Amino acid sequence: MTESVIRFLIGGVIVSTFAIIGDVLRPKSFAGLFGAAPSVALATLGVAVVTHDAAYAAVQSHSMMFGAAALCLYSMTVCRLLMRQHMRALSASLLATAVWLVAALGLQAVFSGGA
Amino acid sequence: MLIRISPSALKDGKWHEYVIRFALGGAATVATGLIAKALGPAIGGLFLALPAIFCASVTLIEAHEIRRKRRQGLSGERRGREAAALDTAGAVLGSFGMLAFAAVFSTLVQSSVAAAFVAATTAWLVVSVTAWAIRRKLRVAATTRKVAGRRDTSRPQPPLVSWRRR
Repeated sequence: MTESVIRFLIGGVIVSTFAIIGDVLRPKSFAGLFGAAPSVALATLGVAVVTHDAAYAAVQSHSMMFGAAALCLYSMTVCRLLMRQHMRALSASLLATAVWLVAALGLQAVFSGGA
Repeated sequence: MLIRISPSALKDGKWHEYVIRFALGGAATVATGLIAKALGPAIGGLFLALPAIFCASVTLIEAHEIRRKRRQGLSGERRGREAAALDTAGAVLGSFGMLAFAAVFSTLVQSSVAAAFVAATTAWLVVSVTAWAIRRKLRVAATTRKVAGRRDTSRPQPPLVSWRRR
């Protein structure tokens, strides 16, 4: 329970900080870099190193590479849904989550020998 | 300088929007921990790059642009969509940075935890900003070529008569 509360607070603070940095930066395309900042990763890996060990964090960060590649596909899909299909931002970003999930698990299965 | 800080943008945000982001960020971090606990670190690691907060961010960007345009008496839906798409284009480039973060962290963490955090964050920033700068340069070059091409076709051709007289 305590670990979850600590995770929640650390994650909330880091994610909010990156979001505020993204808000004040211009142009928008540059601010978007902070939308793909490793905010959840920084919080989770920090806790993982403390509660488990460095090897555990290494396995997590290795898998994160597949998640990051899936994030690239996800962002491209959202961009396309917004500009070509004229969808609203919430619908496009939620719908594309399926693309992220399939791509991340697929890449993990292909390159790590099973999801 | 191409990149600038605009603190006035914070005035567009409402306090509950910051609370939502904080709660979503916290919830995503807790969920990632629970997934790793239930399914192992390999599957849990995938969710470190989950665009959990992205939905909220891009929706807020769209809402802010629409609100700004409506104050001027315009619908603002197209503008809102374009602003969200621009932010998303940045996220495409940012994902390269995130890939670099993960690669550097997984390589260094077993030798030095502190060095892994510093080097991985630096790698994220350098790769993301470099990718953005390259994209911007390519776009500027493409626009310049396009404008130059238009000028060439619109330029009046020298009269054939004067050339023949020479």
